[in-house]
Amino acid sequence: MRQMIIIGSGPAGYTAAIYAARAELKPLLLASSVEAGGELMNTTDVENFPGFPESIMGPDLMDRMRLQAERFGTEVVYDDVTEVDLTGDVKRVTTGNGDVYEALSVIVATGSAYRKLGLPDEDRLSGYGVSWCATCDGAFFRKRVIAVVGGGDSAMEEATFLTRFADKVYVIHRRDTLRASKIMQQRAFENPKIEFVWNSQVVGIAGETAVEGVTLQDTVTGEQRELEVTGLFIAVGNDPRVHLFHGQLDLTPEGTLAVEGRTSRTNLPGVFAAGDVIDPTYRQAVTAAASGTVAALDAEHYLASLPEELLAPAKGAAEEGSAPVAGSTVNPDGELVAQP
Amino acid sequence: MANLKDVTDATFQQDVLDSDKPVLVDFWAEWCAPCRAVGPVLEKIAEENGDKIEIVKLNVDDNPETAAKYHITSIPAMKVYRGGEVVKSVIGAKPKPALESELAAFLA
Repeated sequence: MRQMIIIGSGPAGYTAAIYAARAELKPLLLASSVEAGGELMNTTDVENFPGFPESIMGPDLMDRMRLQAERFGTEVVYDDVTEVDLTGDVKRVTTGNGDVYEALSVIVATGSAYRKLGLPDEDRLSGYGVSWCATCDGAFFRKRVIAVVGGGDSAMEEATFLTRFADKVYVIHRRDTLRASKIMQQRAFENPKIEFVWNSQVVGIAGETAVEGVTLQDTVTGEQRELEVTGLFIAVGNDPRVHLFHGQLDLTPEGTLAVEGRTSRTNLPGVFAAGDVIDPTYRQAVTAAASGTVAALDAEHYLASLPEELLAPAKGAAEEGSAPVAGSTVNPDGELVAQP
Repeated sequence: MANLKDVTDATFQQDVLDSDKPVLVDFWAEWCAPCRAVGPVLEKIAEENGDKIEIVKLNVDDNPETAAKYHITSIPAMKVYRGGEVVKSVIGAKPKPALESELAAFLA
């Protein structure tokens, strides 16, 4: 048994791990198998994370957070949580490999998942023109006419990024104003390859074997029209990843995990939550990191209040943890170097 | 862990289309984070099922001809070829159990 398990490897999870590891709680961080690093893994330049005036690539930032967490003794396991039992004093977490981990406290930092449009042809054409990852798929749309759906920072970033490849990028948004930050809006407005399609909703995707166009409905007049595009990038927001916790952890009306006031405390003692999974509003790398700090401090406080007979086995067993999975490390010049 | 064999525009016919065994081709690129994430999962599946399916990688930057021929517009894209035809496509990085269940017909 351990003192702490952290579920999630975005800014919230890794920051919680840095604090918990420095408090010598030897946290185990379950990072997921193929989504380790979270949402920032699919971004390019991160310009608003303090301390990086020249900006930093999303994957590099996450690699550095991981290294910082590991430096103080966080054990990182690249596996997916499939089941949790959080109700007792001892929390049990099961992963895809069938391993069961036990701990006295759990920090849930599972983040959020891309929201779909909910159209019948969306899944069928996913990978055939419909995409959720501009950095992965943008290069396949050289000289094409494509569209981005959404009006937030992600949509602006994707649209701007996609103009490196595409001849034209429509930004389809259901209102006539954007929710994106001013700097991202400005960049998109000034880009000659980007054209905004206001007050419009995508109600259909056409194409037999690949996307050939979309059907738009005007949100004011209700009129429908076709728009010819061969790619559709969807950036209409995210939904908190809470499916593992149904029946155990309380939710808010917005669908995020419920926490008490400004703390990270959920309805279950010893279970804390941080990052996008509790945040319907701000959802920034920095706010997630801060939220991870709150969770680590709350969990540390909780562990300190536990009776010694519960704590003793957890403190001893953490020594037996397996070695962290090899990845990259920082050389004396501060550069990231891959390790076998 | 076993490194997966690289196939190219030049070797695709021989290594994939003419193969006696089903071949899964992982279309990937350096700059695609989910591709890097799914690599080790595919290596593991290859290691455990080497007798049933061959798993190879194709870098889409270096081999645009094959990527275009198979209309790759999202990566990672994993396509299984049998007798020269695509018989299964999986798009996007998925955890090992999810990939195994998608590929069940070829791993049994």
